[in-house]
Amino acid sequence: MTGNATSAAPSRVSTVSAARASRREGMTAFLFLLPSLVVFLVFVFYPLVQSFSLSVHSNDIIGRPTLFVGLENYVAMLTGPDFRLVLWTTFSFAIITVVPGIGIALGLALLLTARIRGIRFFRTAFALPFAFSVATSAVVFSVLFNSAVGVLNGFLYQLGSAGLNWLTDPGIALISIAIATVWLQLGYDLLVLAAGLGAIPDELYEAARLDGASGWRLARSITLPLLAPQLFFLIVVSTIQSLQNFGQIYILTRGGPSNSTTTLVYSIYSKAFAFGSSDFGFASAEAVVLLLIVLVITTIQFGILERRVFYR
Amino acid sequence: MMGWLRSARADPAGAIGRVLIYLILAIVAIVIVFPLYYTIAGSFMTPGDINSFPPSLYPHELHPQNYQTVFDLIPLGQQYLNSIIQSGTITIAELLTATLAAYGFAFLRMPWKRFWFGLFLATMMVPWEAIIIPNYLMMADAGLINTYFALVLPFLATGFGTFLLRQAFLTFPQDLRDAAFIDGCGHLRFLVQVLVPLQRPALAALGVFAFLGAWNQYFWPLLVTQNPQMQTIQIGISQLQSVDTNDLGSVMAGVVLAILPTLVLVIFGQRFIVRGLTAGALK
Repeated sequence: MTGNATSAAPSRVSTVSAARASRREGMTAFLFLLPSLVVFLVFVFYPLVQSFSLSVHSNDIIGRPTLFVGLENYVAMLTGPDFRLVLWTTFSFAIITVVPGIGIALGLALLLTARIRGIRFFRTAFALPFAFSVATSAVVFSVLFNSAVGVLNGFLYQLGSAGLNWLTDPGIALISIAIATVWLQLGYDLLVLAAGLGAIPDELYEAARLDGASGWRLARSITLPLLAPQLFFLIVVSTIQSLQNFGQIYILTRGGPSNSTTTLVYSIYSKAFAFGSSDFGFASAEAVVLLLIVLVITTIQFGILERRVFYR
Repeated sequence: MMGWLRSARADPAGAIGRVLIYLILAIVAIVIVFPLYYTIAGSFMTPGDINSFPPSLYPHELHPQNYQTVFDLIPLGQQYLNSIIQSGTITIAELLTATLAAYGFAFLRMPWKRFWFGLFLATMMVPWEAIIIPNYLMMADAGLINTYFALVLPFLATGFGTFLLRQAFLTFPQDLRDAAFIDGCGHLRFLVQVLVPLQRPALAALGVFAFLGAWNQYFWPLLVTQNPQMQTIQIGISQLQSVDTNDLGSVMAGVVLAILPTLVLVIFGQRFIVRGLTAGALK
């Protein structure tokens, strides 16, 4: 091997030059990381520090967040009338999007494992929502939900019902947004679960069937445990995504009616940017809360991933 | 449940089961596909047609003028171009920065490697919405509102992508790399001529992931572009809906044009998408 070695590269043997070479490799390695590090430093870590700093400041007379107010924003937030409702709305929204979304996707993914003709056609059909973005899907659903001429009320009318105020009834609006969100997410959830199901070897089922297992028992003892990594991944990712939802709420309801769809992220937006109200301090206090919630969820994720979920 | 599903082909007695499966699949497919169908149908409806109640489910006469009107309502062509520039730049930049960093993490020795790697992973845990205010203020102070810079700068590197590529690079046999270096190959030459060609699937997966993520962005572009000429297609389409609610047909035409690229990708490049999007789910 050393026979066709060229020039000096392999001839460094003394410990001094080895140390120098390793230092040089360290420098080279750092150069490879540098472009990413610069971006992260400027647009992630510095803003992260700024978020905390802004949350203890308030606006001066010309609207710049420069007045130090200590924990005043946090106190105002925690004792204020809206915050509890905002948290309640945020977590309700997470539950009514994540649970039905993954449930439906799991059911469909199982159905799609059937060896029947035309499965490819259905697979493509179910993946179609994926072509939509948050914005385009929300615009389409705003037309479907329209209480005067929308198709959904059209169907209800045919069934003899007076129809619903999908986006203007405080008791329904959050559910309507959840429907639009679940529809948009479904394609992705299905892709992930189908990939997981496809990776389970047939022999496992055959062996279990030889042992007399069938039906629900097969699903419970083989399919679900082997699908656990994908399910767990989806639960965590969809939960975090639903906590971060902004586009659908902005386009469909602007947080209304009567704040019934104002989640934490939407509240951050409306305090900091909407209607010329630029309360950056208060909004940053809410941003810190969002950060903590997401950190707790990801920490739990890593904790459970390490211990419980079965990885092949 | 899985039992009769898996055996539907082998077992002739599964005929009823098969009909049942088809029935469920068909109903669900109609429900799922309906919004897309109605978007396309609506984009060809006359204003009278789409505003009728009970709503008509198909255009009674074809009204393709909607596709013209939408270009008068918003600068759709320019916004399309903006989206392509924004998403294209982000995708290429992420591929570049992530490839370089992943190479460093996978192959090179460096002091504090675990710390740096942890720092990259930590960026994945920070929700963008939690740091969006300082980022916005920074852009405003730098006078970058309504520029492409504001649209792309924060997204030129990716912790997730770096992690993904590092995992892929680690599968490269160390012997082969040593051999290449003994033959006088330098880091960059090895990267460009050996590693990147071999890792095309992983890079393509990251590319799809990055492009779709950028193309679909909403919150950030909404904040940093107020001039319609600088807005992305996503912002343009959503403004359309609030600007003119009586002209729903044109709104639908705008949506059809906006989803066209991703629709083509879903129908013809499904396998490609699956790899890109499940990249995070399957280790």
